[in-house]
Amino acid sequence: MSRRNNITGAVVVGASAFSAIAIIAIIIVILVVIVIGGKDRMTWEFITAFPENGMTEGGIFPAIYGTALMVIIMSVAAVPFGTITALYLTEYTSEKSIFAQTIRFAVRTLATVPSIIFGLFGLGFFIKFVGGEMDSVFLGGQLKWGQPNILWASLTMSLLTLPVVIVSVEEAIRTVPRELLEASLALGATKWQTIRKVVIPGSISGILTGTILAISRGAGEVAPILFTGAAYYLATLPTSLSDQFMNLGYHIYIMSTQSADVDGTMPIQFATTLVLLLLTFLLNFIAILIRARIRRKAIV
Amino acid sequence: MKSYTFTKESLRKKFRLSEFLSEKIITGFALLSITIIILIFVFVFRETIPLFTSKERPTGSREELVQEQYGVVPEPRPDQLQRQEVYGIEPDSALMGNREYSTEEHAAGQERRVTVKGLLGDEWYPVSSNPRYGLIPLMVGTIKITLIAMLFAAPIAILAALFSSAFAPTWLREWIKPAIELLAGFPSVVIGFFALMVMATVLQELFGYETRLNAFVGGIAMALAAIPIIYTITEDALTAIPGTYKEASLALGASKWQTALFVTLPAATPGVFAAILLGIGRVFGETMIALMATGNAGLISANPFESVRTLAATIGAEMAEVVFGDTHYGVLFLIGSLLFVFTFSLNALAEFYIKGRLMKRIQGKIA
Amino acid sequence: MQGGMKETKIVTKDLTLYYGEKMALNFVSIEIPENQVTAFIGPSGCGKSTFLRTLNRMNDLIPSVRIEGKVLIDGLDIYDRKVDVVNLRKKIGMVFQKSNPFAKSVFDNIAYGPRINGIRDKKRLEEIVVTSLQRAAIWDEVKDRMNHSALGLSGGQQQRLCIARSLAVNPEIILMDEPASALDPISTGKIEELIFALKENFTIVIVTHNMQQAARVSDHTAFFYLGELIEYGKTRKIFTTPDHKQTEEYITGRFG
Repeated sequence: MSRRNNITGAVVVGASAFSAIAIIAIIIVILVVIVIGGKDRMTWEFITAFPENGMTEGGIFPAIYGTALMVIIMSVAAVPFGTITALYLTEYTSEKSIFAQTIRFAVRTLATVPSIIFGLFGLGFFIKFVGGEMDSVFLGGQLKWGQPNILWASLTMSLLTLPVVIVSVEEAIRTVPRELLEASLALGATKWQTIRKVVIPGSISGILTGTILAISRGAGEVAPILFTGAAYYLATLPTSLSDQFMNLGYHIYIMSTQSADVDGTMPIQFATTLVLLLLTFLLNFIAILIRARIRRKAIV
Repeated sequence: MKSYTFTKESLRKKFRLSEFLSEKIITGFALLSITIIILIFVFVFRETIPLFTSKERPTGSREELVQEQYGVVPEPRPDQLQRQEVYGIEPDSALMGNREYSTEEHAAGQERRVTVKGLLGDEWYPVSSNPRYGLIPLMVGTIKITLIAMLFAAPIAILAALFSSAFAPTWLREWIKPAIELLAGFPSVVIGFFALMVMATVLQELFGYETRLNAFVGGIAMALAAIPIIYTITEDALTAIPGTYKEASLALGASKWQTALFVTLPAATPGVFAAILLGIGRVFGETMIALMATGNAGLISANPFESVRTLAATIGAEMAEVVFGDTHYGVLFLIGSLLFVFTFSLNALAEFYIKGRLMKRIQGKIA
Repeated sequence: MQGGMKETKIVTKDLTLYYGEKMALNFVSIEIPENQVTAFIGPSGCGKSTFLRTLNRMNDLIPSVRIEGKVLIDGLDIYDRKVDVVNLRKKIGMVFQKSNPFAKSVFDNIAYGPRINGIRDKKRLEEIVVTSLQRAAIWDEVKDRMNHSALGLSGGQQQRLCIARSLAVNPEIILMDEPASALDPISTGKIEELIFALKENFTIVIVTHNMQQAARVSDHTAFFYLGELIEYGKTRKIFTTPDHKQTEEYITGRFG
């Protein structure tokens, strides 16, 4: 009996250890494969040059540029919005108010909605509704805003990343000691003065973490921009908010599924994936560092 | 004689513009963000309504214009040309068949209504002279993928969580947890790419099946996306089980693995269940991996080694090419609504399990 | 009130406070004299800190709190709807149990109050900062590190810095909520000396759980128990011949 027990025990521990190792192994395999596949192509030229010859040669600069531009516009929308909403939730309403609970519920929902749904919303709301109305009101029906572009794609993406910002900022605000708020108020500061001079400076690293995590998420997502603004190939960089743009993730998708020469462009695809992966990892890593600093501060 | 300094005059309530404005603006923003969230619900559903109500296309001028741009593109963008040529990396895609036909037909003003019976049909041919919008193959495909993904992801993630929470020494745990959570940071297009380029080939050589991209490959790739979610939530649930529990079991002479398997894991069941639900939600709505690794053919079959087409991938693949406002467009939004309702319910249920059952169980047994 | 040599500064009448449904203060009526030190003592949870926080309306921050009765300062009802809480708090300094300097320099900590009052002039600010630090008897210790972070100071220094910070807005009343409870005996001694020196210009109300401290620094002592004011009078009288049995039992250390 005891021997059977020992065997079962070994199996249980062994299987669980194997599972953990297997997951980590596959992560390493993915990383190694992508690094090996992409490293030869990863040159300065690749990062800074335009694609050439029907995208079978040259670099991916427009995709990097487009991605960067998109996450910047996205941050400009998502960060203030998320920060202010987090401020409202922590400072201007009580935990139990129905409005606050509704916001929390909505934010949680937003965080788990499949990303393709955001794409649908972007199409139905930003492009068709807002853009379409803008065209018919300001341009007399001439088509300009009622079609996919970088603005609508960025705004769509900002909705997807809004929960990330709200959660990070809220967490950071809660680590600002209540005693400091009381000290400020007891000195005769108003609520807004206290928020401006104590709360926001105290949670600046949280706002930063939220921004970086949002950027990392936004840079990697493709589904929301499939039909809200990403383009397969553009000869010029986007110069206006109503232009379409190239995007790293979309580039990988298109090149690997719909390129005329999937095999021939393999190194380009791997290198592009490597760039995207490096970018998101770097951003996540920075966010983790900042977050660790906040946590340490909170404990002291 | 004493002079009073706390006087009505000196302490009269002051109106502070910055205070007033900041409060109003902050509340306004919060209100706006909730409005937007509600708008998402509204707009995704709204676009499906015409499917069930209007018979004729409305002939608004804006719609016409938009349609012109989208339906009959004067000079097709390079990507569309490309798409037509190489869409079927896989042999079957009959999908792209009669593209020109359909656009002309739409322009002529065609019946937009779809019937429930039509939606329950077993053929998904949205762009042909006789478009059929049967969702059954897509649903079968999605369910098939989800099953395969969960079959792999759930046991592996739960066992790994058991390992790092119960068996691994602390120093190891501190490495394993962030490492596995790193997987959550992989953009899904990267996982899709890896599945498409590497996994598909390797698995085909291993198992020797015919179709390179199929439900099996897609399912395993999806499992990679679901594993970090299931792992994290299960791990949290397992570590939330109070130490007194485990001590009681160990004190009775049970070994470490017996305690983990027969005391800790059962106590954390609601959390594990929630983890699986959230994992299902993730797989169900995942678009890029499905687009890249499943073959995208809407077949109804039980064979895991045949191509499938999922609901989410269908939206992703076809939305960029539909005519604004036509039946196909509406049906895609309908699919979106279905996905939405389904993942929403899953998440609500998961939250109920985590917040309700798990907490009650932990607290109830402490007391 | 016993031996009213000084004018009365703060009066409460039947002050009752609820946390939700729970009554935390029960019809507290007291008269606190000007330019003296009044100590609140009592076992933890007796309501002494809660009471202190009603005097500068700090409890307004807690949504579930409901207050009945009156708090009059110089005869003005501070809970009157027309009273401006922000300006009220400028006239009432507060020192907390845990020293809570901002994560800013020593200078910026003291200048915080004047700055929110709109003082921008650098000379004025410096003047205020130096005077405040001098009055709080910490100037000599920090004069060479005005631009260093206040968080680098010792616990006792931080607490005196917080006192200096509250002096910088020119209050008339200073409320202290167990200001020395987290400090070593030497720092505590310094704070007590400071309190003694400050009462010449300020009305001081101090909450303490340290009875020796109350006996040493205060002119009047109020004993709270279960949200009620049990006994109030000259400190010497409370500590030698209390009228109530509970007061005596608490002071002699039989409970609390």
